[in-house]
Amino acid sequence: MAANANTNTNTSVKTKVNIKPRKVPALIDRPMSFCPGCGHGIIIRLIAECLEELGQDDNVIFGIGVGCSSLLGGGLETDRLHCSHGRAGAVCTAIKRVNPDNVVISYQGDGDAYSIGIGETTSAAYRNERFTTFVVNNTNYGMTGGQMSNTTMPGQKTTTSPDGRDCTTTGMPLRFPELVASQFDAAAYVARGSVSTPANINKTKTYIKKALEAQLSGEGYSVVEILSSCPTNWGMTAPDAMKHLDQAVTPHFPLGEFKTRANEQREVK
Amino acid sequence: MSKVLTKPQRCKQCGLCVAVCPKKAISFSSEINTAGYLFTVIDDEACIACGICYTTCPDGVYEIPGTK
Ligand SMILES: Cc1ncc(C[n+]2csc(CCOP(=O)(O)OP(=O)(O)O)c2C)c(N)n1
Ligand code: SF4
Ligand code: SF4
Ligand code: SF4
Ligand SMILES: [Mg+2]
Repeated sequence: MAANANTNTNTSVKTKVNIKPRKVPALIDRPMSFCPGCGHGIIIRLIAECLEELGQDDNVIFGIGVGCSSLLGGGLETDRLHCSHGRAGAVCTAIKRVNPDNVVISYQGDGDAYSIGIGETTSAAYRNERFTTFVVNNTNYGMTGGQMSNTTMPGQKTTTSPDGRDCTTTGMPLRFPELVASQFDAAAYVARGSVSTPANINKTKTYIKKALEAQLSGEGYSVVEILSSCPTNWGMTAPDAMKHLDQAVTPHFPLGEFKTRANEQREVK
Repeated sequence: MSKVLTKPQRCKQCGLCVAVCPKKAISFSSEINTAGYLFTVIDDEACIACGICYTTCPDGVYEIPGTK
């Protein structure tokens, strides 16, 4: 829980137990229309908490992808542009170059960032653009009914791989953080988290915070992929989808930091 | 004050918080909210204000007022 340290400090220590207050940041304190138990809602709250703790909640511009990320438009109370499908990497490049003093975030799904937008996403990382990308990887195109994406796992059944993904004809699941960390030396911070358990949620928040801190101090491109559940298209209850995330998805997508900020030790998970 | 405050109208009955509460202090109501979902009810006696429900809920139902 220490990872979620709230900026509020408790002045009264008269009570024996000191309980940390927790409140949804004003930036996203609105009803959202994600399906019940969808990981998107947890991830955007973590991002908003970090922005609030860094004093940037009034200084942020989002480039929002097409997909269930688009549902953020209804809940997020801040400057944002709903980008054409897959193009948030290009749009955020421009936003950040024109507004270098704003924190610029692209918020995208795996289909948006890695399938249709693989060119823009990779090119932004390649050029070491100074913004931060968060990719919600739920291994399918959630919004459109669960089609196969570039992160669909081998054998995973989707509406466009009804017999299970055949990787000999469709390719292996893309591991974008690993690609960035191994190929783009200038990148400032690269990690992959998960929202499967409270412990993983707290860990993911530390990754999100470091990615934003890297942007704030002008260190370069930062990206955090977050493994997330899609109970609706996976055909599971929300708690079962979280178990599935740990047991079936995470083995294909190792969690941890792939590139740490300068002067930080690499954390081995 | 209760250890956990809730916004029952936001609950989507997903059950994530129920599954992770270490004190099994969360149950569902018998009535539905305006969206048609059963909503969560906290047993304040059993609750230890750990905040895990806040951490897990995707829909911003919870607030932990904490000690101020
Ligand atoms: C140019 C274009 N092609 C296709 C679509 C249809 N479409 C909407 S969302 C989406 C995929 C979204 O998947 P992902 O980015 O993984 O987001 P998720 O819903 O899973 O969070 C597609 C193909 C579109 N809106 N525009
Ligand atoms: S379709 Fe999947 S990703 Fe989209 S809101 Fe529903 S559960 Fe979430
Ligand atoms: S604060 Fe902790 S003990 Fe209380 S209801 Fe939430 S998860 Fe359960
Ligand atoms: S996690 Fe949130 S939305 Fe889901 S059942 Fe609990 S309170 Fe309701
Ligand atoms: Mg997706």
